[in-house]
Amino acid sequence: MRLTLYIWRQKSTTDKGRFVKYEVENASPEMSFLEMLDMLNRQLIERGGEPVAFEHDCREGICGCCGMVINGIANGPAGGTTVCQLYMRHFKDGAVLYIEPWRSRAFPVIKDLVVDRSALDRIMQAGGFISVRTGSAPEAHTILVSKETAELAMDAAECTGCGACVAACPNGAAMLFVAAKISHLGLLPQGQPERDRRAQAMVRQMDREGFGGCSNHRECEAVCPKRISIRFIARANRDFLRASLFYSKSASGKAGATGKTKRCFEK
Amino acid sequence: MELDPRIPGGPLEEKWIRYRKTVKLISPANKRNFTVVVVGTGLAGASVAAALAELGYNVLAFCYQDSSRRAHSIAAQGGINAAKNYQNDGDSVFRLFSETVIGGDFRSREANVYRLAELSGVIIDQCVAQGVPFAREYSGYLANRSFGGSLVSRTFYCRGQTGQQLLLGAYSALCRQIGLGRVKLFPRTEMLDLVVAGGRARGIVTRDLVTGSIAAHAADAVLLATGGYANIFFLSTNAKGCNATAIWRAYRRGAGFANPCFVQVHPTCIPQSGEYQSKLTLMSESLRNDGRIWVPKRKGDTREPSEIPENERDYFLERMYASYGNLAPRDMASRAVKRVCDMGYGVGPSGRGVYLDLTEAVARLGGDLLRERYGNLFEIYERITGRDPLKAPMRIYPAPHYTMGGLWVDYGLQSTIPGLFVLGEANFSDHGANRLGASALLQGLADGYFIVPYTLGEYFAGTVLDGVSPAGRPFVDAQKEVQERVARLVAVQGRRTVDSFHRKLGALLWEHCGISRSEAGLRTAIEEIRALRREFWEDVRVPGKTTEFNQELEKAGRVADYLELAELMCRDALAREESCGCHFREEFQTSDGEPFKDDGRFCHVAVWEYMGDDREPVRHAEPLTFETVKPEDRAQYASQGYTRSRRK
Ligand SMILES: Cc1cc2nc3c(=O)[nH]c(=O)nc-3n(C[C@H](O)[C@H](O)[C@H](O)COP(=O)(O)OP(=O)(O)OC[C@H]3O[C@@H](n4cnc5c(N)ncnc54)[C@H](O)[C@@H]3O)c2cc1C
Ligand code: FES
Repeated sequence: MRLTLYIWRQKSTTDKGRFVKYEVENASPEMSFLEMLDMLNRQLIERGGEPVAFEHDCREGICGCCGMVINGIANGPAGGTTVCQLYMRHFKDGAVLYIEPWRSRAFPVIKDLVVDRSALDRIMQAGGFISVRTGSAPEAHTILVSKETAELAMDAAECTGCGACVAACPNGAAMLFVAAKISHLGLLPQGQPERDRRAQAMVRQMDREGFGGCSNHRECEAVCPKRISIRFIARANRDFLRASLFYSKSASGKAGATGKTKRCFEK
Repeated sequence: MELDPRIPGGPLEEKWIRYRKTVKLISPANKRNFTVVVVGTGLAGASVAAALAELGYNVLAFCYQDSSRRAHSIAAQGGINAAKNYQNDGDSVFRLFSETVIGGDFRSREANVYRLAELSGVIIDQCVAQGVPFAREYSGYLANRSFGGSLVSRTFYCRGQTGQQLLLGAYSALCRQIGLGRVKLFPRTEMLDLVVAGGRARGIVTRDLVTGSIAAHAADAVLLATGGYANIFFLSTNAKGCNATAIWRAYRRGAGFANPCFVQVHPTCIPQSGEYQSKLTLMSESLRNDGRIWVPKRKGDTREPSEIPENERDYFLERMYASYGNLAPRDMASRAVKRVCDMGYGVGPSGRGVYLDLTEAVARLGGDLLRERYGNLFEIYERITGRDPLKAPMRIYPAPHYTMGGLWVDYGLQSTIPGLFVLGEANFSDHGANRLGASALLQGLADGYFIVPYTLGEYFAGTVLDGVSPAGRPFVDAQKEVQERVARLVAVQGRRTVDSFHRKLGALLWEHCGISRSEAGLRTAIEEIRALRREFWEDVRVPGKTTEFNQELEKAGRVADYLELAELMCRDALAREESCGCHFREEFQTSDGEPFKDDGRFCHVAVWEYMGDDREPVRHAEPLTFETVKPEDRAQYASQGYTRSRRK
């Protein structure tokens, strides 16, 4: 296969960046997209050039490291996959490909196709957990979870935190990511006590990180490698709303309490 | 080198209970005065960092990925073992223990293994409480499946993504502690050296992978949870970044390296399809529960599998291992697969593959149920190969997968360097010469949540630690060494890429130190590895600078360390003149090709001590004694279905 690649090259966060053209001669349909880039990099290095930086680790679609925009689509035209699991057989011989990093205000470019996604971790740190101290868990079978609920929670829990949803969203929203975690934990009985605070804390942190708002474009769902449904967004919105309405008030059951929101998470 | 395993006294069942009863404690107010460096945020690292922070310690955690959620534990598919006996099928702590010892071919430490089995139950409790969405029955109770090498159903799972869900559980516990300010996380930071001061591990030297800056971090103890080194083979089931650098640098600073040659080759991976291939993908062997493995009876049979009638198929695992059948332990299965392919019965374009056939299971259980069980595995397979496993049999072939070898640790998981603890796949502890499926996740979490939080306290309580500062001598020296080494890698400016060396090293090891090993092969390999190492330092090309984001430089450092470790692996394989578990020496087999194990000479842990670059490393031995389950032929246990209790 022959390919013409226009790849975004940017030396550092402060560098301006630009597309650079490369010709690839002998790609094969069985290669993964990253293996095709490996081949390009090898040629670049052997000719004394600088290889293209891109992030990857597991190369089996689960770690969430890899990700790039190919011809305007996060993770390329095949849909519902990561780039490490995207195979060249999805492209035509002679194809022209524009390859860019995730574009989002909240994801500054570090180099070439590598971006800083630490904002997603900070959202998790704000509330993406069930507060159970090590050693304090009850026997597992004291918590029953219906099969349907467990499966639904798992559908949400599969999120790899890759950021494709953010890259695909015209608003740069991280709502699918946040909703998946709010839903995963909020569906399970273990997650109920903190359900309201979790929804509030995560959504607030998301706003602080400079992600855009969700206006139901559904682009996120289309590119999500784990095909996480935007129905979880509706669910998370309900949780957030419920939390805004009730959580603050229920913070005190005593007469005379102001009903103002307490600080979400006591530290 | 002193190798005192420090196993507590008393009967096996009471050792850990006694240890905890008598363990020295640190007062809650005092804990925050101790700083602990945790390198790695996989199952072992994330769990220990979270657990220690909950106790009040001051924790610094490091990982090379951009987020602590991406450690390679994320890729584990099949499940995690626990002796809950929810199935009422005869499981017990003792049975999980004895299967692990037998599975490890009597090359693991009995007391450690017992503790692993003992802790398995509370780990499931902990994970459920964290919100890990394990598979459930309609009743709401937890579901189990059986897993390679076991005769009971004790494996808990989340579809084909158990590692992901367990890691996200540990990651969420870690996130909580980061949010609370009790853990400081350093992502995109690679440990490049260990700092030993006053004979104790007191810190690490790291490189910031974004800026390239090299820094020292001082601590009261250092915990390595940096995973395994099967990626040394280049083509393996491990992530591309998996490395031995942390444990190798610790070895060079005086930590004993145990059983480096013990590498588990996983029987069920997607076969290689071309020269450019960068990794091999595992198909969880839980598929072996429902799949049957076969090759055509005729050599070089190129018919489509569906056209090959039943009586022209050789279900070789069922034929060779009557009681295990398709669930034969990994080493046996891998060797059998390689053997039939070497003999010319293999299938697929390369002839390096056998069929894993789900046809019968589809008829018995229906496609929907199978999809529910293995959905994401089928997707991965189809995505990579373009074939649907429910329509045509899958093709599989063995690949390097897991390293039982690692840094030597005592019962408290402390290495031969005081203050250096090693957890998870990075240590050698529990799996002997072969690991049972679904027990690595268990070990990582046992080490992290429930063992080191006790044993580290014991170390601190019994030790007087002087103050150290990153500006002090050993830190500054180590930092300088790292700086020089990094600069040297970039300075070579040769012609060949780092990957080309790594690929070559991997091929060499696969040939001579893989599924089957021989004296002549290992000696050749040692010579060739040395030559390759020289070439590397003369001809490698690392573009770019040391003071920037430079992925080739990262790789170069890891491959440079692999080039050293590879030699030690071969030496270890050479010195172990027997066949046991994963380690099959061609000279040591019975007349019918079964491994010949030499318990008289080799019932020990081989521990290597670094003596300097210009001297040979020294091999020490920690003798292993088995009081509860006695070393006998594994096949004998198998034929008894592990039923006869060996308890005295
Ligand atoms: C494909 C696959 C499937 C598997 N399936 C199963 C299964 O079903 N059941 C089972 O029990 N086991 C399974 N295993 C094995 C199991 O996943 C691993 O043994 C286990 O997860 C290792 O966990 P860990 O915490 O020790 O290391 P890892 O999860 O590998 O984590 C290593 C950590 O160390 C960090 N690190 C490494 N080097 C450095 C350095 N120099 N500086 C800084 N940080 C560093 C990394 O960033 C990472 O955070 C599987 C393994 C693979 C590869
Ligand atoms: S490299 Fe892990 S998801 Fe692509």
